[in-house]
Amino acid sequence: MEVGIVGYGSSIPRQRIKVEEIAKVWGADAPSYKKGLMLYEKSVPGPDQDVISLSVEAARRALKRSGGVAPREIGAIYIGSESHPYAVKPSGTVVAEALGATPDIHCADFEFACKAGSEGMFVAMSLVKAGEVKYAMGIGADTSQGAPGDALEYSASAGSAAFLMGSSDLVAVCEHTHSFMTDTPDFWRREYMHYPRHAGRFTGEPAYFNHTLGAAKAVLEKSGMEPGDFNWAIFHQPNGKFPQRVGKMLGFTKEQMEPGWLSPWLGNTYSGASPIGLTATLDVAKPGDKILMVSYGSGSGSDAFVWTVTDRILEVQELTEKTRPMLDNDKRYLEYGAYAKCRAKIRMGE
Amino acid sequence: MKSQPAYWRERPQFYRMEAGKCTACGKICYPPRLICPVCQARTFEKINLPLEGKLLTFTVVRVAPSKFVDQAPYAIGLIETDGGGRLMAQIVDCDPDSLAIGQEVKLEFRKISADGEAGIICYGHKGVPA
Amino acid sequence: MRDVAVIGVGMMKWGELWEKSLRDIYVEAALNAIDDAGVDRVDSLYIGCMSGGLFNGQEHLGSLMADYLGLGPLPAVRVESACASGGLAFRQGWMEVASGISDVVLVGGVEKMTDVGGDEATYALSTAADQTYEGYHGITFPGLYAMIARAYMDQYGATSEQLAAVAVKNHLNGSNNPYAQYPHKVTVEQVVNSVMVADPLHILDCSPITDGAAAVVLCPMSMVSDLTKGKRPTVKITGSGHSTDTIALHARDDLTWFGATERAAAAAFKMAGRKPSDIQVTEVHDCFTIAEIGVTEALGYFERGKGAAAAADGLTAIGGPKPVNPSGGLKSKGHPVGATGVAQIVELVKQLRGECDDRQIAGARLALAQNMGGSGGSTVVHILEGE
Repeated sequence: MEVGIVGYGSSIPRQRIKVEEIAKVWGADAPSYKKGLMLYEKSVPGPDQDVISLSVEAARRALKRSGGVAPREIGAIYIGSESHPYAVKPSGTVVAEALGATPDIHCADFEFACKAGSEGMFVAMSLVKAGEVKYAMGIGADTSQGAPGDALEYSASAGSAAFLMGSSDLVAVCEHTHSFMTDTPDFWRREYMHYPRHAGRFTGEPAYFNHTLGAAKAVLEKSGMEPGDFNWAIFHQPNGKFPQRVGKMLGFTKEQMEPGWLSPWLGNTYSGASPIGLTATLDVAKPGDKILMVSYGSGSGSDAFVWTVTDRILEVQELTEKTRPMLDNDKRYLEYGAYAKCRAKIRMGE
Repeated sequence: MKSQPAYWRERPQFYRMEAGKCTACGKICYPPRLICPVCQARTFEKINLPLEGKLLTFTVVRVAPSKFVDQAPYAIGLIETDGGGRLMAQIVDCDPDSLAIGQEVKLEFRKISADGEAGIICYGHKGVPA
Repeated sequence: MRDVAVIGVGMMKWGELWEKSLRDIYVEAALNAIDDAGVDRVDSLYIGCMSGGLFNGQEHLGSLMADYLGLGPLPAVRVESACASGGLAFRQGWMEVASGISDVVLVGGVEKMTDVGGDEATYALSTAADQTYEGYHGITFPGLYAMIARAYMDQYGATSEQLAAVAVKNHLNGSNNPYAQYPHKVTVEQVVNSVMVADPLHILDCSPITDGAAAVVLCPMSMVSDLTKGKRPTVKITGSGHSTDTIALHARDDLTWFGATERAAAAAFKMAGRKPSDIQVTEVHDCFTIAEIGVTEALGYFERGKGAAAAADGLTAIGGPKPVNPSGGLKSKGHPVGATGVAQIVELVKQLRGECDDRQIAGARLALAQNMGGSGGSTVVHILEGE
């Protein structure tokens, strides 16, 4: 049976901080971030926004595009994140309750650095394919932080994307998937530590590129397709540079990657990154379009998906907020002090 | 809210804006009640308030109660949802000085408070200028 | 139903009474009232207190105060109605005497608010609002009244300066009250330039955090000459009214109208056979400047929407046609929550006895006290008449 996306949605906080504002405080060279990594500004969640609240907003939009799926029909909900509000108590329970999807529903939270969201999407879809549930929600969301002054502070941002998976009334059919994973310590966070650590340049070739290329090449072979057969491609985007480079290495053009290439203005939304890129691409896709999406999560692994967009996409794109306008409009810029207060980076009294 | 059962009990209202519509006179009670304050009827239809409305009045709290000190200053006001149910909610993602009575707002799902670093997190809705 | 007189009053200077505990201040006020009455016995006592539990960790105030009053094991009732606790305690005490159940009843109000920090006090006060649907979102009392103020100003075109006029008047009155916490004068400029607490209310639009107590002694009119030896003019309680309104603003039909005040006043006027224009001196619940404005309208002193201008034009000043809050009100005198309603009675009794010196309303014979809880969720109104 065909399985894929029935409805999709995203949520991006309205607050932003520019790279120059962060660089100013730490005496860093803003132009090298902007030019070298292609990062200009990033989203900043309010103190009242977390993975749970952002996931509810994205999931509500996915339901708005679902053509009337009742929340009680959702048989499973999987949220992938590296900033779940609780270490023990799934984000999925609150989101399911908010949607009105409880009590007959599977739920567990996922973690795999930045690919927890795409893994959640894969498992949700597979559950539908296995005939276990009629609909399943896969969500990627993060409000992760980088250590103050560290390179990751310039990109760590917040956002969410939700996909209601099913086997009928699809807007995008999933044709092929592949997951490529090895044990690779490029970026990690130990239990009880506040900020993640990373291995510098080791995060590049042996980590991001090795796994992204591994998953992408495997799924291209599985599908018998070449880059030229695709209309769109979305890659994990920890900065603006990496997805452009890996896309080029595979043979994709800038035009193919354009709608899903958001990180220069959004930052790195970690588990939300390629999923949000997918929502932005679906917002402009036409029936029959072929989309390649390849996530990457440190630790490491990549999930690759090949999607075919259906006629139904045209019925749903305008039904609720689209991703690119959310990114571009209604922005509220913060200075570093307000941003530090927002992100609880300031040591408060007991 | 410190009490886990007290918070849990309110999920339909906090999470899904569930209200009661009196089957006799149509009065919308958010939160729902056992008895209609207008006509004293005892049966209600379960409805969900829409997530759109307008500001009836508001203020900016600058001196906050202990659990909200970190959030100050915040705008908070009375919102009337399309269709008639009313609620108190913070208004966020805006310059408080730009708010006005009659402002159209949308309700978004947000974190309302947390019981310190280790207690439960409480969620609900806040208004955002539409 | 017997007619009831107020034969003794007592309080102390209000403020941050660091060295006096909750029980100390209640008993001090009670003994002052008992001495003023000249009685040697009390049949029962009432304690108006909003929250001994949240401010002091102390419940069971009936037992505590009866114990420390030292007059033997008396029946004692703690009455709570948020900021109307004192006024409601007075009404309950009046009922006990009027019904014939007791002859000499002491009614005291008390609040000791400074044993907790400002944030905790703000939280404790906020429990007078709907905890689950207002407090949950971070509402404060200044915030709720600020919302009422904004709606009122939007509807009637009132200005911050008009609201400030209430604070100016009350501080002027309070400067002649030896019991007042803040007996200093303020100007309109000072009020509107003071720090914003909840827009549009500034800190000088708001009553303070205060420790204090006030007490009165009641007895049936028929026993006044026996108990007091005819020492001074008798003050009779001729009207009492009590009403409630929705606890939360979101359920209130009319945001700028204090309906509970209107209803409680109507009941009191009816009982007393009087009307608003008969009242010569009034003490109202000016927890915030906007409250005094709205209440004077709900009492029927001014048309709807005209209360702000009335205050700004001096109509409610001592010497004006409708003096309100000669004591200085909550604004200048202070607002130890449970004590306020009883202190209003203390002031009015003294006014009716002619004992108020520089803040005396000349020839006052008919007085009204209005005490309100929360954002108007409960209100008690009493009418007193002097000889």
